[in-house]
Amino acid sequence: MSLKRKDLLSLAPLSADDIKLILETADSFKEVTGREIKKVPALRGRTVVNLFFEPSTRTRTSFELAAKRLSADVINFSPSSSSVVKGETLLDTARNIEAMQADIIVLRHPSAGAAEALARGVKSSVINAGDGWHEHPTQALLDLYTIRERGLPFEGLRVAIVGDVAHSRVARSNIHALSKLGAEVRVVGPPTMMPWGIDKLGAGVYYNLDEALRGVQVIMMLRLQLERQGRALFPTIREYARLYGLTAERVKLADPGAIVMHPGPINRGVEIAPEVADSLSSVILDQVANGVAVRMGILYLMSGAS
Amino acid sequence: MTIVITGGHIIDPGRFNGVGDLLIEEGKVAAVGPGVKAPAGAKRIAAKGRLVVPGFVDLHVHFREPGFEYKETIQTGSASAVAGGFTTVCCMPNTNPVNDNQAITEFILERARAAGLANVLPIGAITKGSEGKELAEIGDLRRAGCVAISDDGKPVMNSLVMRRAMEYALAFDVPVVDHCEDLHLAEGGCMNEGLVSTELGLPGIPAAAEDVMVARNVSLAELTGARLHLAHISTVGSVRMVREAKSRGIKVTAEACPHHFTLTEEVVRGFNTLAKMNPPLRTWNDVQAIKEGLRDGTIDVIATDHAPHATQEKQQGFTEAPFGIVGLETALPLTLALVDEGVLSLESAIEKLTTAPAKAFGLSKGTLAVGADADVAVLDPHAQWEVDPAKFRSKSRNTPFAGWKVKGAVLATIVGGRVVFEAPGAA
Repeated sequence: MSLKRKDLLSLAPLSADDIKLILETADSFKEVTGREIKKVPALRGRTVVNLFFEPSTRTRTSFELAAKRLSADVINFSPSSSSVVKGETLLDTARNIEAMQADIIVLRHPSAGAAEALARGVKSSVINAGDGWHEHPTQALLDLYTIRERGLPFEGLRVAIVGDVAHSRVARSNIHALSKLGAEVRVVGPPTMMPWGIDKLGAGVYYNLDEALRGVQVIMMLRLQLERQGRALFPTIREYARLYGLTAERVKLADPGAIVMHPGPINRGVEIAPEVADSLSSVILDQVANGVAVRMGILYLMSGAS
Repeated sequence: MTIVITGGHIIDPGRFNGVGDLLIEEGKVAAVGPGVKAPAGAKRIAAKGRLVVPGFVDLHVHFREPGFEYKETIQTGSASAVAGGFTTVCCMPNTNPVNDNQAITEFILERARAAGLANVLPIGAITKGSEGKELAEIGDLRRAGCVAISDDGKPVMNSLVMRRAMEYALAFDVPVVDHCEDLHLAEGGCMNEGLVSTELGLPGIPAAAEDVMVARNVSLAELTGARLHLAHISTVGSVRMVREAKSRGIKVTAEACPHHFTLTEEVVRGFNTLAKMNPPLRTWNDVQAIKEGLRDGTIDVIATDHAPHATQEKQQGFTEAPFGIVGLETALPLTLALVDEGVLSLESAIEKLTTAPAKAFGLSKGTLAVGADADVAVLDPHAQWEVDPAKFRSKSRNTPFAGWKVKGAVLATIVGGRVVFEAPGAA
């Protein structure tokens, strides 16, 4: 089985079968991460470059660990302070990396479309680790894996995605993937944070959190970028927390047994109350753990190894 | 030099439309019509089956000189113009330094003379440095040869400054050109705000960013009585407001660009930086409104907004890449496509490239009237060709139309009675 594509840039063009294949591949690597010796030789002799133009300890570490557990050689490259300042273009940076025989480039970039631009210019496989507000495919895939691990079937699943949807690549990737698998996606937040026509992507739009939470099995909280205050998107963090913060009382509006997710890093007391983040319904740390297994699966599939 | 163009279908919009000859003597149109007598020794251009029209007038180009000569120079821009059938072009002041004083204006005119191809007419800045604060020396700019004033891509946001500019311009009867964009509403945007921007996660520029400024400018034109020209309108709302303003007798003219009546925002998919321009490509409804505006005369002029950028600039990410595409060498076939579609008659299509822009800026150009400067284009409206940016005369290649199979070609271009362009292989 293989994905039959050079790159993983976006979940929009993937089929439900593609997504299922990735999740199933991750299963076998999840087993590896539970062993005492957490390493397999699948990518021995291959080189994975983490090219991060935005600071991201979590995603970079997860990819690094995933690649190392597959026995790949891993290089971390954060050009934010060096070549970009020197005026080198993204493509030139990438071609230099490619010249060092990188098999897979994992790219994080502040601009939407950067991964596509890169993939057009290099022969290496490119994995999008987040591009602007566009997509964050591996995050959505690990979210799906975590939902599935909890035994929740996707068909008919009700999921609320809460927060700044307009500026969220996590939301976009999840809307695409969950819709393809038959889930009902609700997006919730202030109208200032809802992008034009998001309903046409198959998401139900809610401005009232209590209303949106009724009957959902999954509550997916988005991180509030605190620096957006003052840009007329919301008046104060205080009011945002009151209207869109997830409290223990609000969790009760969802289905019994509903799970709470967050891509991290969390703002305790803003979008999520501390007691919710630490509650039994929270699967936030499972997401982190699954991230490694899912990324191992993706690296494996993208490498074409067998 | 005496030139006679024989047997062509001559269209001089509003004056003549039929088969005939065109005689050019001493740089001027000497005679037009059937059976013109040409003196012996005249250069003869056989134009049977061809169109003979006034050279096109483009009210909106960026020739990048001084300051950005790696994108385009007045020489290469002029070569691109005449290859596209344009004999007169008006160049926007967003050079470095900005054309906000007579020294820069004189420099541009000097470079244009040296290039010796098209008539290059500078547009001066409205405000010093196009910073939107203090008026530029508009009187000096006018005297030095500027044909209009505009802060183009840096529209004057302060409505009081814009009002004063319009009032001040009255003293010189100079048109005030505005790129209508509320910079606060558009902040950070790089494509039309809509379904495609939502899917791609790109910051959007709403149609309202254009509309609110059209509304403001029309109100100020009504208040001041200034001659307002709206650059590259692209939205349903703009067309509606200009139509309404004209019906009330406000002195407003408007232009549209070929890309805005040919392409929609869908072309941006795949993060295609060659589809990045400002105003952005809009929706199907907007394209229909632009066509209707052209058809009913709401939009007077077709202009290119020829905006050359170097390849490496357009190879950046979508958000980093600069706005704009080159347009001089593709404008004719894209405009003739409107004739095939039945949106415009052939004569009105030619009018929007010639007499109408000349009238909007008050230029004695764009006509084949006897005594006029002999600026002429000879066209083959049926010639089919494939757009190949490598063959452009422009220094830049940034077009979304590469590989398009189009119809309508320029065979020869004459400026002031001199043949300045002949298509390779054209006899």
